[in-house]
Order: sequence, then structure tokens, then C-alpha cells
Amino acid sequence: MSPATQNGRFGIFGGQYVAETLMPAVEELRCAWEKLDGDEEFHRDLNALLDEYVGRPSRLTLASRLSEALGAKIYLKREDLNHTGAHKINNCLGQALLAKRMGKKRLIAETGAGQHGVATATVAALLQMPCRIYMGAEDVQRQALNVFRMKLLGAEVEPVYAGSNTLKDAMNEALRDWVTNVEDTYYLIGSVAGPHPYPEMVREFQAVIGKETREQILEKEGRLPDALVACVGGGSNAAGMFAPFEADSDVRFFGVEASGDGIDTDRHAATLTKGRVGVLHGSKSYLLCSDEGQITEAHSISAGLDYPGVGPEHSYWKDSGRATYLHRCDAEALDGLEMLARHEGIICALETAHAVAGLAEVVDVIGAGAIVVLCLSGRGDKDMMTVASARGVEL
Amino acid sequence: MSGASLRQRFHDIALEGRAALIVYLTQGDPAPEASVDLLVSMAESGADVIELGVPFSDPSADGVVIQQAMQRALDAGGGLSSALATVRNFRDRGFTTPIVLFGYYNPIFVRGVERFAAEAVEAGVDALLTVDVPIDELTELYEPLSKVGIGVVPLVAPTSTPERIAKVASFDPAFVYYVSMTGVTGSAFKGASGGAERVRVIQEATGAPVAVGFGIKTGKDASEVASYADGVVVGSALVRRIAAAEGVEQACLSAGELGAELRAAMKR
Ligand SMILES: Cc1ncc(COP(=O)(O)O)c(C=O)c1O
Repeated sequence: MSPATQNGRFGIFGGQYVAETLMPAVEELRCAWEKLDGDEEFHRDLNALLDEYVGRPSRLTLASRLSEALGAKIYLKREDLNHTGAHKINNCLGQALLAKRMGKKRLIAETGAGQHGVATATVAALLQMPCRIYMGAEDVQRQALNVFRMKLLGAEVEPVYAGSNTLKDAMNEALRDWVTNVEDTYYLIGSVAGPHPYPEMVREFQAVIGKETREQILEKEGRLPDALVACVGGGSNAAGMFAPFEADSDVRFFGVEASGDGIDTDRHAATLTKGRVGVLHGSKSYLLCSDEGQITEAHSISAGLDYPGVGPEHSYWKDSGRATYLHRCDAEALDGLEMLARHEGIICALETAHAVAGLAEVVDVIGAGAIVVLCLSGRGDKDMMTVASARGVEL
Repeated sequence: MSGASLRQRFHDIALEGRAALIVYLTQGDPAPEASVDLLVSMAESGADVIELGVPFSDPSADGVVIQQAMQRALDAGGGLSSALATVRNFRDRGFTTPIVLFGYYNPIFVRGVERFAAEAVEAGVDALLTVDVPIDELTELYEPLSKVGIGVVPLVAPTSTPERIAKVASFDPAFVYYVSMTGVTGSAFKGASGGAERVRVIQEATGAPVAVGFGIKTGKDASEVASYADGVVVGSALVRRIAAAEGVEQACLSAGELGAELRAAMKR
């Protein structure tokens, strides 16, 4: 593990902006996390679960028809084939095993699309820990299927009626639970957000994506790819894909944000493209807020990208130029989802569909014939109601 | 006034043989114009220090009473600019009751800490408490604020380690706010965690006056805490009264009544 962090900072971004009551818990977590570095038993346990339970390594599939259509060699890193259907489980297993080691008795988590909630409920069942998931009331409506899955797995799902009734409000409520039950509760954050060490830790648990990709592409192509593409909500699948290639300056990183109704409307979730630096949920990073510093609501057809903040390392990568951030609106994402379905027979999540829709621009920038790896962060089953209703189809 | 004179105020109150009554109100609830009247009624009913909550869209350390107050305030135009105006108006009406702005970091960060510091001094703010800036990150606020004489109020929690408490002293705090429990504002009060002994330890380690808050609602709660702490903070109970009142006049009366009742109960 090579934390790019200095005292929990990525340049000016990151830090530990949380209530004093939580600071000792955050410090306890940081110490436990740092101790994992040389802990062979932990990594043996985690790797065994990733192998036998999640089904890793995930495959790297050449997308032949898509490659032909776009004029580049496009590979798909198949996180959609993981148990529970997205990359989120990689992080959940890592953190839940750590929580057990720390002697914590109970897991809490926030969720937007419900993918992280389902993954957390899954590992909670696997490790026999009680679990409560906070979810914005609006998302509970939008993602009824995932709510049912979480409950079936034995988790309590607590709808949050506050602010915009979405992911950021669920995160506020999870923080309130944590501050109240700090002794025995572990807060399992679902993206590379939150106070240090979360952004670094979640990135490392997701880095399995990029590490496997590296080996697989070397085996298939004998060289590293020219570009990596991933959607960016909080930024965990992107960070996990990008980080193992950070030192390879010839490998370009492209993150794709959600621009909702359109980048020039005020209904979007393009934090890095349109936001400004601020402090929310434990770290300093780009976010969407007013001149008065009030957080503004994000909007996206994809609940998992519908967040007004972004992980601090992405802010750092943006400002340093290491990564380029594009944006795709709801309509483009729907087209991306259909394009992947028709060309490759894969129905991806609406989050991922933003990255798919960004591929043409990436190829434009890096040139035809390049090798591009797309992080296929999740499968689309959960989104079928949304896609149908956007297409005017009644199910 | 300033951070230093706020500290002096605690000293003077201690010489009177009592604890300071510190009241919390959310600025802009129910409306920015009402806030000045509410501050006046609190000052007149015996509040020694006023914590003016700056409404924020994402109050992750607050319970439902203050969350809803902040939402009402934001809908009515409350916020940091409006809070500075409230303080200015209060001072213009001749009141010297010390004011601590109480809130979250983002509105201040986005405004620019130095610009905020200059405007806060001009408005008549004495100190700042930001719940999401622990001592580990406090330097970026402390340095620009102390240059203009505005104090910082660090929080100490039941979970704070002795090492962390010791670090508080380096910020030369106007006073230290001891969070009585692990929880959010407005939770049920079952006596401050660690009680008198914990407060004594914090006083000794920081050399600063210690006020206790979170959950304190009644005269009985206040009088118990006042028997050992330098200050008692009451917030959600007042905010709830303001929310229940019909009209600003009744809100002022009802909040003022609770203020007077608390103050009377805290007589030693
Ligand atoms: C399939 C999928 N991809 C991406 C995301 C966005 O999260 P992140 O940016 O942290 O990868 C989510 C979040 O729910 C998701 O479910």
C-alpha cells in the first residue's frame, strides 16, 4: 500500500473535519487501518473472501463491437459480475473485516442507489453483525428493489426525511448515529469520501480493480492501456481503477460525472466540473454549494452519482491535471446504457452508463487505435424501472 | 468585545458566585427580522452569553429540533450573511451581551476565513464555534481569527482523550464547550457524562472556563450542571419554544420566560 496522503491530505484536500466526539473513533480507525499494512492474516482472510465469495478476479472482457464502433480497442473490467452486482462489495468486505478486528459490534452505512447498502447488508449477514442502513426517503422510493434486498438480508433500512431526502442527507444521519453510538458502532462509508483515513482506505480496498486490470491487460496486450475510464459519484470505482496506475504517466485517467438535466442547468451532479472547494462530511474537496456556503442538491437519473461532493483525491487529481473529468447528462447516459446492451449484450448500471457515454470523447482525445479500459462498475438490474419510465414504458 | 473579554466575562460571573447562562438560538428562525428581537429578549431575561447558530443545509451534529429550525431559517433567508447582519443590528440597539457564532465550517470557508474574520469583528461577534472543525484542523481558523481578536471555542467530548484535551490550551480558548454526552443536540439529558470530575479535569488541563451543553432543557438540569461548571448551555429547549409559539412576540415572551427560569434555577 502506498498512501499518497500526507497527514490525511491530498494536497490541500482531505483532512478530518468531524465533530470532536468522533475524532477519537476516527483516530482509532486510522491506527487500526495503518496496522493492516503488515497484517498477513487479514489480507489472507480478505483475499479468500474476494476469491470464493465475490468471485474475483473479475474478468477483463474485450468489447469487440463497441471497439469497432468507436475506433479504439475497448476492454471492460467486469465489476458487474461480482457478487451483489457492483464494485461496492470490495470495499465492504475490507471494512467489515477491519470492524470485526477492532471489536466493533454493529455496522451502519449510508446508501444512495442502494448498491452500497446491499453490499453492506450482505457482508453484515456474512459476518453476523447487526446492520442499519440510512437511505434518503426519495431514494427509498426510487430504489425499492434494493430496499427489499437489504431487508431480506436482515438489515434495518431507515428512510431519512431531511434536506433533499437523498444521499447527502443519509450521510448526515449516519454521522448522527455514529456520534451517538460511537463506542460499539463502525461506520462503513461507501465511497472515497469522509474524513481521513476513509478516502485512502476505501481507495486501497477498491484498488484490487486496478491491480487486476494491470495484470490482465499486460497478459492480453503486453503493454499498459492508454486510458482508463470510470464514472465518478463519490469516486470509489474510479479511484480503485486509477490508483495502481498513478505512477504510469502514459496511462491517462478519465472520470465521468453526471450532468443530470444538462451541465448548464442547475440540476446536475457535476461536482468537479461545476463545483467549488468547500468542506462537507469530513473532508475538504470540491462540492456543489451556494455563495453562502449552503450545499445545493445534486440531480442525476442515477442515484449513485446523485451526490454534491466528491472524494478529495479526485479534487487533487483534477487540480494537478493527473485526471480529466468529463460529464454526461441523463439522456446521454440512457443512450450509453442502450449502446452497451445492443453492442455487447451487457446491461450496465446507470452510473456506469455515464462512463460508457463518455467513451467516444475519450477516444477523440487520445486518438483512434488506442487501448482503453472502462470500469464496468455495476450491472443494471436495479435500474430497470427507472430506465423503463424514462423511455415511457410501463412495466 | 472580543475573545479575551468573553473570557473576562466568565471570570466576573464566577466572582458573582454563579455559572454563566449561555443560550443557543438558530439565526433566521422563524425569520431573520425576528432574530434581533429574540436576542434582545434573551439578553433582557438574563442570558450571559448568546450562541447564535448559523443555519446550514447539512447540520450533521444536530438533532431534529435544530435541524428543523435550520431548515425554517434557510427558507426564510437565514445564513451567514444574515447572521452577521443580526449581530450588527443587535449591537446597534446597544446590547453588549457576548455573542458566539455557532455553526459548521463550509459557510465560513466559502466566504474566506479572513474576510469572515474582518466582517465578524465589524459586526460585533466575540467568538466562533465550529462543530466540524476539531482541534486537529483548528489552526486554519484560529490564526486569522486571533489576529482580529475573535476567540475560538473548542469542543471537548466524553470521548476526548487526555492528550487531546491538553492540546486545547494552545488555542487560548475564550471558553471550552464540554459536550455532555455522545450524541446530537437535543438528546435526552441524563446528567453530564463524567460530571463534576470530568469538568474539573478539563478546567485544569486547559486553564479555561468550561461550559456544558447538549441536552440540558430544564431548570433542574441547569441547576445541577451549574453547581460545578462555569457555564450552562441551553439550546434545543429554547428552539422548541420558539417553534411552538404563534408569532414573534409570543416567541420572544416564551423564550424569555424559559431564560429567566433557567437563570433563577442556576442561583447558587
Ligand atoms: C454501479 C455503481 N457505480 C458507481 C457508483 C458511484 O460510486 P463511486 O463513484 O464511489 O464508484 C455506484 C454508487 O452507488 C454504483 O452503484
